[in-house]
Amino acid sequence: MSDRGNRLGRLLSWDAAVVLVTVLVLIVASGAVENFGTSRNFTFLLLDLLPIALVALPMTFIIVTGEIDLSVASTLGLTSAVMGSLWNAGLPIETIIPLCIALGAVLGALNGFFVTVLKLPSLAVTIGTLALYRGLAFVVLGDSAVADFPRVYTSWVTGTIGDGPIPNVLIPLIVAALIFGVVLHATPIGRGVFAAGAGEQAARFAGIRTGRLKFWLYVVSGAVAGLAGVLWTLRYSSARADNGFGLELAVVAAVLLGGVSIFGGKGTLPGVLAGVVLLATLQNALRLQDVSNEALNIVTGVLLIVSVLLPNIVTSARTAVRRRRQLATPER
Amino acid sequence: MSRRFLTGAVSAGLVLVLAACSGTTKNDNAASGASESTAAANPNAAAKEGVKMAFLPKQLNNPYSDIEVSGGKAALGELKGEYKLVGPNDASASSQVSYINTLIQQQQDVIGIAANDPNAVCPSLNQARSAGIKVVAFDSDAAKDCRDAFINQATTQGIGEALAKQAKDLSGGSGEIAVLSATPNATNQNAWIDVLKKELAKPEYSTLKLDKVAYGNDDDQKSFQEAQGLLQSFPNLKVIVAPTTVGIAAAARYVSSSSYKGKVAVTGLGTPNQMRAFVKDGTVKQFALWNPADIGYLAAYAGVALKSGQITGKQGEKFKAGKLGDYTIGENGEIVLGPPTTFDANNIDKFNF
Repeated sequence: MSDRGNRLGRLLSWDAAVVLVTVLVLIVASGAVENFGTSRNFTFLLLDLLPIALVALPMTFIIVTGEIDLSVASTLGLTSAVMGSLWNAGLPIETIIPLCIALGAVLGALNGFFVTVLKLPSLAVTIGTLALYRGLAFVVLGDSAVADFPRVYTSWVTGTIGDGPIPNVLIPLIVAALIFGVVLHATPIGRGVFAAGAGEQAARFAGIRTGRLKFWLYVVSGAVAGLAGVLWTLRYSSARADNGFGLELAVVAAVLLGGVSIFGGKGTLPGVLAGVVLLATLQNALRLQDVSNEALNIVTGVLLIVSVLLPNIVTSARTAVRRRRQLATPER
Repeated sequence: MSRRFLTGAVSAGLVLVLAACSGTTKNDNAASGASESTAAANPNAAAKEGVKMAFLPKQLNNPYSDIEVSGGKAALGELKGEYKLVGPNDASASSQVSYINTLIQQQQDVIGIAANDPNAVCPSLNQARSAGIKVVAFDSDAAKDCRDAFINQATTQGIGEALAKQAKDLSGGSGEIAVLSATPNATNQNAWIDVLKKELAKPEYSTLKLDKVAYGNDDDQKSFQEAQGLLQSFPNLKVIVAPTTVGIAAAARYVSSSSYKGKVAVTGLGTPNQMRAFVKDGTVKQFALWNPADIGYLAAYAGVALKSGQITGKQGEKFKAGKLGDYTIGENGEIVLGPPTTFDANNIDKFNF
């Protein structure tokens, strides 16, 4: 029991540490990196991290339940491709956007069906749909790109509020983050998510319908990836089948860096968002310093490994200390 | 509980979106006017020294773009400018955007870009231009409204015709051919393939049949597999035309080590250094290319001329490009490097790039 309390305490402190490190990196970069701390760069930074942050929200839920969704980037790509072909077909954009989000939800439901109804391992399922959805994207749009989206929409997505540093798209992101954060940390749904991740059996005995819960998490994950596909397409004013290629790994990396356990049951949303910001900030600042891509990848990789190792080292050190104390007490 | 919550949330969202506005469709889009520069060129202005020019190729560590930018580096050395090279590791459309943003922040004077997607880079390139940065596209054009000039290695028509002629010569006048291209969206490759198809539709090429256009994504392994796939799917194939340096080398490597050697010709666009061994062993009889180093070289001279105010990118303006001589800007800010060179066993040893 006390062990669990300890673990919780340690986790909270890990998330706090990530938030702290992120703030530190932001401050140091603003001081030390030329051209980093300007409002224009702040806009670039936020625009770059938006799709990752958006997709990371439902991904956090899914990883906390002990599952994974690696098909999000392909869902984004397929949504983008469909968006382009529907636009070419002459549909109004106001119809296309909800259709695309609905398409994402359907793609997510397919994942959910395989994982919760057919009880297949989510890693295998979503690697499969990663390939399947990306393949379909190329079937839909082939080798072309669609670019003539309405300027009103494209400039809104790339624009800022009142020409200040805050991108328009940050508003929906903040709203979504608040909703997801409240649901995860302050509602029965969120408690169910943690319970399912901590122990499927126990959660089921406690009356939580884990299957149904996971199914809907995949639907939401798909819908959010669909929305990310729409925003991506409008930001780059280019609907292409290869949009968002490789994004799933950036998302999972940010989630894990943010202190979510890949085995499920632990994690906080603020930690994840800090993880997203930290990775994006490092990338932005190091690029401004003309650091090569290879070095960037090395930094990211080391950071991830450290983030996984460090909590474990702390735990084993604590256990070792406690054991030594227990051994030492009878002799006194 | 969860279901009700979600259904509510989703339908509320849909209602909001649908109520937002009446439809905007493709047909409502008014054509946007190109941003023409209003500045007048002063051909007698002195070339500025210390111009900071950054090259942003499609992706780093690609042998072809490495040679291109080496020419840019040499030219900036002659012009006493500052050379920089940045770029993504993958040739995807959106990956270049954050690099452009970084260059804006670093207050470069000129950006030389080979666009992975003509439109995806457009908003950020225009942000760069409004920040006073000159934009020279090279190799693969960005949309016309988003750059000041475009260095075209050769006219699209010229390359497409050369590819068609190569295919006909090497097939012995008739038979099946296939194309092995780079990425499905590569602006230049697609334009050349379009011309090739138009050429093949002409009566003098009626004896040739184009089986397929395959895509190796400018990735060695994928190109190798695609070449293999072409030969397995089309047993009567006589010529593989690869208008990309990665594709032609991979196809030649596969053919040279297979039973197709001597039966199936590989041609297209490649560099002498990578193709030398295949020309010597008889796998490849001829292929073509311009000197890629000259593209970067010309891009750098055009960039410095733009920054110095000698040219603005309008048709008819003239500038000097060092050892390459005089150039005149054509339609839509295009600057054509010149005709491609055909390489074969007789001349290949004269070139080292």
